[in-house]
Amino acid sequence: MKVYLYSRYERFWHWTQAFLIFFLALTGFEIHGSYSFFGFENAVFLHNNAAWVLIVLIIFTIFWHFTTGEWRQYLPTTKNLKAQIEYYITGIFRNAPHPTRKSTISKLNPMQRLVYLGLKILFIPVMVLSGLVYMFYRYPLHGRIESLGIDNLAPVAYIHTLGAYILLAFVLVHVYLITTGHTLTSNLNAMITGWEELESETETERQDDVKKS
Amino acid sequence: MHTKYSVSNQHPVAMKNIATFLLTVMLPLLIITIVLRDAGRDNLVLEDLREEYSIPHIPSVDHSKHAELQREFTNPHELTATCLSCHTERGEEVLANAHWNWEREAYIEGRGVTYLGKRNLINNFCTGILSNEATCNRCHIGYGWADASFDHSNPNNIDCLICHDNSGLYDKARGGAGYPVPGLDLGKIAQQVGLPRKDNCGYCHFYGGGGNNVKHGDLERALLTASWEVDVHMSMENTHLECVDCHKTTNHQMLGRYYGVSSENTQRATCESCHTSMPHVNNKLNEHTIKVACQTCHIPVYAKVNPTKMHWDWSTATDRRDGEPYEILDTLGNLLYTSIKGDFHWRQNAVPDYVWFNGTADHHLISDVIAPNDTVIYINTLFGDARDPDSRIHPVKIHTGRQPYDTEYRTIIQAKLWDAQPGAGALWVDLDWDEAVQRGMDYVGMPVSGEFDFIDSKMFLLVNHMVSPAEQALSCEDCHTRSGGRLESIEGIYIPAQTTYAAIDYFGLLMLLFSFIGIAIHASIRYVVHRKNSKTATH
Repeated sequence: MKVYLYSRYERFWHWTQAFLIFFLALTGFEIHGSYSFFGFENAVFLHNNAAWVLIVLIIFTIFWHFTTGEWRQYLPTTKNLKAQIEYYITGIFRNAPHPTRKSTISKLNPMQRLVYLGLKILFIPVMVLSGLVYMFYRYPLHGRIESLGIDNLAPVAYIHTLGAYILLAFVLVHVYLITTGHTLTSNLNAMITGWEELESETETERQDDVKKS
Repeated sequence: MHTKYSVSNQHPVAMKNIATFLLTVMLPLLIITIVLRDAGRDNLVLEDLREEYSIPHIPSVDHSKHAELQREFTNPHELTATCLSCHTERGEEVLANAHWNWEREAYIEGRGVTYLGKRNLINNFCTGILSNEATCNRCHIGYGWADASFDHSNPNNIDCLICHDNSGLYDKARGGAGYPVPGLDLGKIAQQVGLPRKDNCGYCHFYGGGGNNVKHGDLERALLTASWEVDVHMSMENTHLECVDCHKTTNHQMLGRYYGVSSENTQRATCESCHTSMPHVNNKLNEHTIKVACQTCHIPVYAKVNPTKMHWDWSTATDRRDGEPYEILDTLGNLLYTSIKGDFHWRQNAVPDYVWFNGTADHHLISDVIAPNDTVIYINTLFGDARDPDSRIHPVKIHTGRQPYDTEYRTIIQAKLWDAQPGAGALWVDLDWDEAVQRGMDYVGMPVSGEFDFIDSKMFLLVNHMVSPAEQALSCEDCHTRSGGRLESIEGIYIPAQTTYAAIDYFGLLMLLFSFIGIAIHASIRYVVHRKNSKTATH
């Protein structure tokens, strides 16, 4: 069964954000000194400008969430949370059905709801704010405000770096977990086309499918 | 397919809202942001400075037209009296000047109020003037400071010409205690006086330590013919600035300090006084000026034209070959050894060291006792650290030395180095350490045990001149690199790319590693189970 889950804007947002996070990590870890690729000066320039693009994207997306009501997708729930965890730990190996059914009004399983909400209200704000402080701690208004009273960049930089590692780990796990849909690529296809192939309604149908193959 | 239509039909209002929002709110916001971010980017400071300093100074007086100077002067004091007969108040100004007194009142943390200067401090070049005034004080702006009996209160002892001669003819005699070379036409020279020029200041400041560029490394005679690459301020190709353009002077009080003899954070000549504290178009660079002095990036190397002395080992002095003193030169003509002074190390195109500095300094006084465990004497100590809001990172030349100290009293030794006559105990004449130590310390008024040895010493000289063109300033990567950066030894500050907090990197990398391992295990089990299932399915 195919359902249209992701609107054009949602897919645009997702892939732009994915690219930006990848690009920010690439340039950011160069600024961190992990390797040399663009050269430090270029890395800073690219990182700062990519950050501005991401901030604009985030503002647009916040607007999108509220105008479309999509923000409700991220309301946390504990219902089925345990089942979802159990599915990833054991069920998936037994070909058990997904405990949460996807639909246009509930696209996310309870684990996704929690993790994505955490990203939205905790990690991304922390990264954006620490990034802005990093950029502007002395010149928030072109020198008219001389200083935010930060005489050592270290705490700001450490928070920003730690956040970057956590985001990277998230991306890694996220990229793996999208292979756990109905087929290996059904989630990926959904985020590209908008249409997702969902599991059949009942367990028996599912087993029929397996037998047919 | 009906699902798709139903979805897009559900939010026609929302789509319209988005479009309206984009056009009416976001677009103007975006434009305002871009415009504001670019505001104030035109930095006209440099253009204004170029214009201001391109106007030549036109003197208000032609001294060759003064009747008082149309005669011969046999006595330099007489000439000074003639100068002061018109410039009636200038004498008193000079008498209050550090160039005259070689001593300033200064508060030093841990010491209180001190009266220090070239008059009584030691260094690790020629070590000090005491007992050697007749030769050292050739560089004093006076006539006759040969020993402690010199009268600092007599304005007729002032040497006006050494600073104000614009003829280039004036010269002071070696070993002459500041008196001019005999036979100069002082009247003719006096007719060509004017504001001090580079060669006036350079007469002393280029040759400190006994030769060109020996002491400072960033002040030497090459500045008289400097190219744009050597020094953008004193460049003879375009800028043509004189020393006093930056070392602004009011009533003979000059801005500028040399922390070999100075201690306080006042009356300094600063880059900011012309260039402001936000001289860059790029605010990211301006941000650096909180913690990094301009000189750090803009003087990537010093001693660009001629080498400067980096090390002076007095302990090897007095050696003789076939009973005679001798010298060793390198292929470029630099003195590597001389029996009267010991061993030297030189360096050209030197990369500075970097230290925190807040404008205040302490000095090792001749009366200070060297602590029992100290193996190095700090001739001067530049104060400052990362937490101090007045401190910034400055480039320095660190001159190391090895000089005599009294092993019994544990005090540094001022030896007598020079005398006009042999047999007076001067090291450079008689090559006898024991006698030189005794005579020098007797002159200072300090006891000697008779036992002395040599001790390592360090002296910090700030590098302020030989500013390079902007294109040759340090680039980001010179400091922002994981290892081998210019500021690798600087502590207490976060330098992106260089500084890491190991715990965060370990935690982050472990988290990534565990995520990866977890994924690998999970995926493997899935794969194995999948294969087993498909096998049973096909059987």
